[in-house]
Amino acid sequence: MNEIATLSMDQQPWLSLITFLPLIGAAAIAIRRLGARADQNGDLEPREQQQLDGIARKVALFFTVGTFLVSAIVFLLYYDKTEAGYQLVEQLPWLGGGINYKMGVDGISILFVLLTTFIMPLCILASWTSITKRVADYMIAFLVLETLMIGVFCALDLFLFYFFFEGSLIPMFLIIGVWGSSGTKEFAGVTMPSRVYAAVKFFLFKLLGSVLLLVAMAWMYFAAGTTDIPTLQEFNFPAGAQKWLWLAFFASFAVKMPMWPVHTWLPDAHVQAPTAGSVILAAILLKMGGYGFLRFSLPMFPIASLDFAPFMFALSIIAIIYTSLVALAQEDIKKLIAYSSVAHMGFVTMGIFTGTKQGIEGALFQMLSHGFISGALFLCVGVLYDRMHTREIAAYGGLVHRMPFYAFIFLFFTMGNVGLPGVSGFVGEFLTMAGAFKANSWIAFFAAFGVILSAAYALRLFRQVMYGDLVKSNLMAIEDVNVRELGMLVALMAFALYLGVYPLPALEVFAPAVDGLLENYTAAIAAGGA
Amino acid sequence: MTLGETLPYIVPELVLAVGAMALLIAGVFLGEARARFISLGAVGVLIAALIVVVLTPVEPGVSLFSGAFAIDAYASFAKIIIFAAAVVAILMSDRYLGGDELGRFEYPVLIVLSVFGMAMMVSATDLISLYMGVETQSLALYILAAFNRDSRRSTEAGLKYFVLGALSSCLLLYGASLIYGFTGSTQFDDIARAASASGQNVGLVVGLVFLIAGLAFKVSAAPFHMWTPDVYEGSPTPVTAFFAAAPKLAAMALFARAMVEPFSGVLDDWRPVIALIAVASMAVGAFSAIQQTNIKRLMAYSSIGHMGYALIGLAAGTADGVGAVLIYMAIYIAMTIGTFACILLMRRKGGMTENISDLSGLTRTNMPLAAMLTVLFFSLAGIPPLAGFFGKWEVFVAAVDAGLVWLAVTGAVISVISAYYYLRVIWIMWFNEPAPAFERERTPALGAAGVVATLLMFPIIPVFIGALIEAANKAAAALF
Repeated sequence: MNEIATLSMDQQPWLSLITFLPLIGAAAIAIRRLGARADQNGDLEPREQQQLDGIARKVALFFTVGTFLVSAIVFLLYYDKTEAGYQLVEQLPWLGGGINYKMGVDGISILFVLLTTFIMPLCILASWTSITKRVADYMIAFLVLETLMIGVFCALDLFLFYFFFEGSLIPMFLIIGVWGSSGTKEFAGVTMPSRVYAAVKFFLFKLLGSVLLLVAMAWMYFAAGTTDIPTLQEFNFPAGAQKWLWLAFFASFAVKMPMWPVHTWLPDAHVQAPTAGSVILAAILLKMGGYGFLRFSLPMFPIASLDFAPFMFALSIIAIIYTSLVALAQEDIKKLIAYSSVAHMGFVTMGIFTGTKQGIEGALFQMLSHGFISGALFLCVGVLYDRMHTREIAAYGGLVHRMPFYAFIFLFFTMGNVGLPGVSGFVGEFLTMAGAFKANSWIAFFAAFGVILSAAYALRLFRQVMYGDLVKSNLMAIEDVNVRELGMLVALMAFALYLGVYPLPALEVFAPAVDGLLENYTAAIAAGGA
Repeated sequence: MTLGETLPYIVPELVLAVGAMALLIAGVFLGEARARFISLGAVGVLIAALIVVVLTPVEPGVSLFSGAFAIDAYASFAKIIIFAAAVVAILMSDRYLGGDELGRFEYPVLIVLSVFGMAMMVSATDLISLYMGVETQSLALYILAAFNRDSRRSTEAGLKYFVLGALSSCLLLYGASLIYGFTGSTQFDDIARAASASGQNVGLVVGLVFLIAGLAFKVSAAPFHMWTPDVYEGSPTPVTAFFAAAPKLAAMALFARAMVEPFSGVLDDWRPVIALIAVASMAVGAFSAIQQTNIKRLMAYSSIGHMGYALIGLAAGTADGVGAVLIYMAIYIAMTIGTFACILLMRRKGGMTENISDLSGLTRTNMPLAAMLTVLFFSLAGIPPLAGFFGKWEVFVAAVDAGLVWLAVTGAVISVISAYYYLRVIWIMWFNEPAPAFERERTPALGAAGVVATLLMFPIIPVFIGALIEAANKAAAALF
């Protein structure tokens, strides 16, 4: 231990603190849970159970809010927005031989850290009353998940990145499987609960994508002798190898993103997951794919990225148009929003591979804004589901008469999803389209269809759920949003609106890192082409 | 080297051999009612041997008995883990053997004897001492498999193990005789010289393939794995727990030494064979396990698959590769012991249950046990941040270094298939409706083994996993 204690760091380990703070909360709940006295069948007394649940909720909220505050303070006080390189770097030896525990952030990752820490307390709040069984386990899973997600965005070592990236599958698998919705599914002749089907599909899809990344990582470690991300970004892998490495990374990030045609796990996972699980999935887990493309594919394999750009554009366009059409046909609110997520992620991949400043900044902005908007939309669905326990579009109608506040909020986020100017969704879509236009005007032309289609499905959803006469008898007594729900949604609204009207603060943070990335990218392509 | 100079180096083996015999005599006098004392005595003997190994300096390695026996970092690394695993196995059997009328004093004595055989195996640098070690270990294990002699399944397991084991010994001996015939020596050093000098030598390669077949049987690698599921299922569970850990490491360590030391000159001849065995084992392990309903059979197929992954490191044939094998095996042993500790805790109505469906809803009836099993199974599946992932990473890196990218990719893809059946157990525990709860008894040894193994699965602490990797690589370097 002495050896480690004496290793000095550049500065305070802020990022480790932010990353592992939620884990401390999880440990606290776990200790309390194991300490609770149970009878022979493992059941607690009702009072004991109630007490445990209450403590779990409060501890989870306390730690997620605390993490958010710490991360916000670190961002405001210690993060230099004008600096292009990695900041707040900390490094400890880990496995030896060039694999270190190295954390650090730059303009590309810092806002995703903040997005994660901001969304988490909302998820805890969203689960406050809707999760009633096994509350302590649920909160532990969420806190562990938060640690792993923050770790993904902070890791500056490829091995460490993979460590967090794959690790995040475990809590999400349990969240979908344990607290998912009811219903059964027939698969391969076996009838199983559909949440189990969705959880396993989620896990295996992502694992299959990621194991190839693992082998690619082993190859890079062998070639470069280290898994240090900044070193690998400057390593200049040979052009022949870049192609294979790029494909291996693509396999992982495309599933995560998800891109057509490997998106099929997403609707299942979204529909089955509890509300907060859907929010996390849409707001943060999907962003890891786009983040991976920007952190690894583009800087490490620039030549392959350029070669594969048309391929990526084709997949992005298919995702945008095809999944928008699929969304039009959905009967289930959550599924509709899930497909719309795939379409919106199509804009992100399109923007990233344009290799232009607008395209990449637009992609980053789109991911950030999608985090707020789709997160909010899933919260909105959760509000309905908590009251009526159905997600069928046909089960609703005319809600505007009973739930005016809710209708307004839902309209706002629907508009944000469509990309109405003034809401953050517009800025991202516009910038990615502008970048795409520079790269190839046909791509922008096709992508524009996605904007039209998104208006079609989003407005159809809004009309069918909100407008019309309130005829269904069970909806007569439905209540409008309560203070807790209002608070969560208004917080998200504020960010979506602020960034929609005045996107500069976010773009300012992105700019130095994106400039640096593009400088290396164009230099590498020029060198590779010459 | 005179006998006087030799003796200090073989103190651990002497402690085991003499200790086993002393315990046997003591057992006869004390009678079966005092079998527990013999168990504790066996633990004491093993711990004494362990301490001696830890304290004996291993650098530079020495060769004893005219080059038949090596004391080096490699052997010491393997011995430390084997002795520790055996100690845990005996402690874990304590409760079970007392309760099920199996409390016979021969049990710990046989374990000590088999451990003596294993110690010989990992030190063997001669085909004769290799065979002696393998047989000493195997004979003790055959009896252990049939230890519950009133049970048909146990007897069947012992018989099956014995017959197939004898067959594999024949293959091994036949291979050894061919190798001796074509190189003129049974010593690894001489064989290495002859093999490198002779170039392409068909007779030697045939002998080598037979040797590999015999050794693959001992590590239960496909296509020589047939005995494993039946023996795992039929043997009393504590015996299975022992089988699954220490002998696997001993056989794998022997395998690696017997390939790398004498035959590194003809690496290209045996590498494809090992690679093929690795792929076959991974595939058999992954596909066959999907159907299993008995958790011991599941663990048997899981072990076949894991041997395949460890063999990827051996196929690399480099010092890093052998180091990866050792790291993989060390982590695998921790996972297996932990899992079997949990399986031994599955007691209902006074008896053991072995069905996977009995774990249904375990997270609600017994969270600590379920949490341990969850961590261990995710680790077995090789999911980060758990230790199993580090083992996979090390063997993949070794394979890629040696230019075997295809093997690494195959292993990676198969790991997704095998993840399915580990997930199945986990979802049964987490997602299904609870089955009746298991009995809660005070079994400190099992609980402690499970908890320690589970904690070892979290290699977040850099000191721990870093130390393991360093020690394993140092051990592997001793072979080159």
